[in-house]
Amino acid sequence: MNPPRLIPFEPSQPRNDISPSPLSVRGLTVAYDDKPAVWNLDYDAPDRRLIAIIGPNGAGKSTMIKAILGLVPSLAGHVRIFGTTLRQARRRIAYIPQRTSVDWDFPASAEDVVAMGLYGKIGWFRPVRRRHRALAREHLERVGMEDFAGRQIGRLSGGQQQRVFLARALAQKADLYLMDEPFAGVDAATERAIVNVMREVRTAGSTVLCVHHDLRTVGDYFDHALVLNIRKITDGTVDEVLTGDILQRAYGGRLAETEIHAIAHTT
Amino acid sequence: MMASEFLSIDLPAILVAVLSATSCGLLGNFLVLRRQALIGDAIAHVALPGIVAGFLIAGTIATIPLMIGAMAAAIIAAGLIEIIRQAGRLESGAAMGVVFTTMFAIGIVLLEQTDASNAHIDAEHALYGNLESTLWLGVTNWNDVLSREALSKLPRQLVTLAGVTAAIAILITAFFKELKVSTFDPGLAASLGLPVKTISTALIVVVALAAVAAFEAVGSILVIAMFICPAATARMLTDNLARQLWLSVVVATIAGIGGYGLAAFGPQLWGDSHSLSAGGMIAVVAGLLQTVAMVAAPRYGIFCRARRRRAG
Amino acid sequence: MPDEFFAILTFQGGYNTSIVLVGVIALGIGGGIIGVFSFLRKRALISDAISHATLPGVASAFLLGTTLGGSGQNLALLIAGAAATGALGVLCVQWIRDHTRLPEDTAIGTVLSVFFGLGIVLLSHIQTLQASGQAGLNSFLLGSTAALMAGEAQLVGGAALIAILIALLLLKEFGAVAFDEEFAATLGWPVAQLDLAMIGLLLAIVTIGLKTVGLVLIIALVIIPPVAAHFWTIKLSRLVVLAGVFGGLAGWIGGGLSALLPDMPAGAVIVLTAAAIFVFSLLFAPRRGVIAWVMRQLHLRIRAASVRGLLAMAAGYLPPDNLSYRVVRLRGYLDGDARITESGARAAGKMRRQNQLWQVYRNRHPDAALAFSPLAAKPIEDVLPPDIIAALESEIR
Repeated sequence: MNPPRLIPFEPSQPRNDISPSPLSVRGLTVAYDDKPAVWNLDYDAPDRRLIAIIGPNGAGKSTMIKAILGLVPSLAGHVRIFGTTLRQARRRIAYIPQRTSVDWDFPASAEDVVAMGLYGKIGWFRPVRRRHRALAREHLERVGMEDFAGRQIGRLSGGQQQRVFLARALAQKADLYLMDEPFAGVDAATERAIVNVMREVRTAGSTVLCVHHDLRTVGDYFDHALVLNIRKITDGTVDEVLTGDILQRAYGGRLAETEIHAIAHTT
Repeated sequence: MMASEFLSIDLPAILVAVLSATSCGLLGNFLVLRRQALIGDAIAHVALPGIVAGFLIAGTIATIPLMIGAMAAAIIAAGLIEIIRQAGRLESGAAMGVVFTTMFAIGIVLLEQTDASNAHIDAEHALYGNLESTLWLGVTNWNDVLSREALSKLPRQLVTLAGVTAAIAILITAFFKELKVSTFDPGLAASLGLPVKTISTALIVVVALAAVAAFEAVGSILVIAMFICPAATARMLTDNLARQLWLSVVVATIAGIGGYGLAAFGPQLWGDSHSLSAGGMIAVVAGLLQTVAMVAAPRYGIFCRARRRRAG
Repeated sequence: MPDEFFAILTFQGGYNTSIVLVGVIALGIGGGIIGVFSFLRKRALISDAISHATLPGVASAFLLGTTLGGSGQNLALLIAGAAATGALGVLCVQWIRDHTRLPEDTAIGTVLSVFFGLGIVLLSHIQTLQASGQAGLNSFLLGSTAALMAGEAQLVGGAALIAILIALLLLKEFGAVAFDEEFAATLGWPVAQLDLAMIGLLLAIVTIGLKTVGLVLIIALVIIPPVAAHFWTIKLSRLVVLAGVFGGLAGWIGGGLSALLPDMPAGAVIVLTAAAIFVFSLLFAPRRGVIAWVMRQLHLRIRAASVRGLLAMAAGYLPPDNLSYRVVRLRGYLDGDARITESGARAAGKMRRQNQLWQVYRNRHPDAALAFSPLAAKPIEDVLPPDIIAALESEIR
């Protein structure tokens, strides 16, 4: 007797046929040398939500974002963005890298950097015109940085630099924002500005995926969370995810028992 | 000094010096900002093996095959550096050191093994250049300068360099945005859909082209000085990329004219009739200009920084 | 010919040849050992700046020699001049790096080209003097093309030996500074002085070898052997030994070849031998070599694919992607008719059980589980004691 025929693999049906998930990842595996950074990750991001990616240091959070954007090579797996390939969806994504990833001594002003977000729209061979500069200043205003438009970026504080990056992402007018630890080492004003902007873009219909470190604020700032520790531990609404059991599984002994309870209780 | 002597000897040399300095200096801005300053160094050093290989393959010392050889060597070197850096997971300085010294050694072995050394390809010329041999014959006075006959006798190096400089200026203007964003933040550039890898490869190819066009006249080491010093000087003076590019052109021009002037006419000041190496002197003047900028630049010079530190 | 080569390599090629060979071997060993430290500090090209910065020193010393009435060919004086401007060059690089906004690579490029330019200006002046012995200056640029002299080789070899001795005496301190400057500082070591001593030794070896292999190729002797050695080991003591061995080997074979073939310039042949050692190491070194790395990546991909394929099959699905499909087909787990084979059923069942066990284990002991890479191909039974497995199994049911 023959065994039954196997059927094609359909891990998850699209939630609805009208709008495909902003980000859908299957079997994503990334390894630096022979140490895996992300292992066999399956994930579907819910539409129009603010999503935190949490997990301990070295859990592969930044690596996951970079692999999605094709900035680091992945060993296996595939990524669909709004139901199409990365190449086709490029214009719909804005990426905010970690602040340390660029040379802040570069000869550019805050306005210059925000205008870079418009380069895709301006197109090849066309210079940056006055109206683009005006647009850039508008976006700086949205993050409370209009007074610093002409200043060289190296002479801004860390928080101000982060807000310039934020304004640049806004200028890209994306449907999916990928942010790599925007809250790291910023002042309270910047933190508020980032949260406000995230809520604005959600209202406008965009999705935000954000690597986040501070577990105490996850519940306040985000709707959903993806818990990562090389593998996906779980994902869901922040209420579902921020339980003592799940945090224990993700962080293990790296998070004190009392801390886990405190975080799990605040939500 | 006779007008004819100036027109036929000094003017073409000065123009060649200024054009080489300008073309290399413009590109140098991006090399310095990309932390690739030493790619210019590596490319300049592999000119020797390229020229010798060009001679061996073509069998003549005609300029075109030698230049093609140098260009090919530069591109091969840049490719090898990238391959070795990635495959060996090495710091780029180490990869460059391995590649350019090895290719230089190959060049020397080839040079000794063939009769290339008899055929006037001496290594010193590749290293020092020979600015003084650029001659504009058939011009005797200023009235003739724009005549058709005189223009048709312009030295070939001068014409080539003018073309290369114009091409570089046009390319940088046309792709200014793309060069700027891919230099500052390659990640963003990629997410804007720009071909980041193609842009950096194209930059290296144009750097190789500028180096090859320039070192025939001024020597490979001067080429390094022109890639780095004007850009570094301009970098000390401004925080605006477009202004930095313009400033580097100004610095390159001053270095070209000043260096040639000092080399050709300096020794006469102390009664020596011989002239000195113009290529070397241009590098020295460029270095002096950079030193002045590093010490006395308005915001970033060490004087100002020291004063601010005392004040604050 | 091979006999003659063998005779040269075994120091039976005559007195002069043997002395020269010993000299270049010592130079190679010294370059390799001393180069390790600047390689570890990611400052390999500082030697580029040093070697080019020696040219104005050599030219000045020649001028000084002729003015004082000598021939200008005094090797000791030339080396002293080279060392002086080489040192000045290093100080300039450090000053630009530390006191201006310009990064180190720009500083190195500035110094090497401007100093070299000055050297060329001085050389062009020397040419007009018609002093004797100018031809000797050319060997500083491209290395000696003629056979080396025993006297010169003795000087080079002796100086290299002293530099090697100093480097070995300070090995521990240099290593600490090169690996972790701040840690060395907390131990109370004089980091700045040690740094200077390291650069000083580099300067010494570069100036010693300058006339023998030439200004550009001496850079290779301090860069290539350490880079080649790092493919084989990352332990400092072994790195130093290997870099020394590689450098010495390059000197031995390269020096021997150039003694055998009169129109082969010694410096270039030594560098090409070192380059051959580099290419061999890059490709074939067991862990960090390119071939080993590619094999490992391939192995990883196949393993990840087989896990994906088997888990999907265990759940009744076809393998989810091309690679995993091909892997299970190749292993005979799936027939061409999309049916799971007998061995496939066994493998898929085993994989599912392993996966479940690991999952339970990870949930219960997240910290301990982190110690096990998902890529470790071992079954869980080989890694965990039976009583834990039994506990996990009971949890699955």
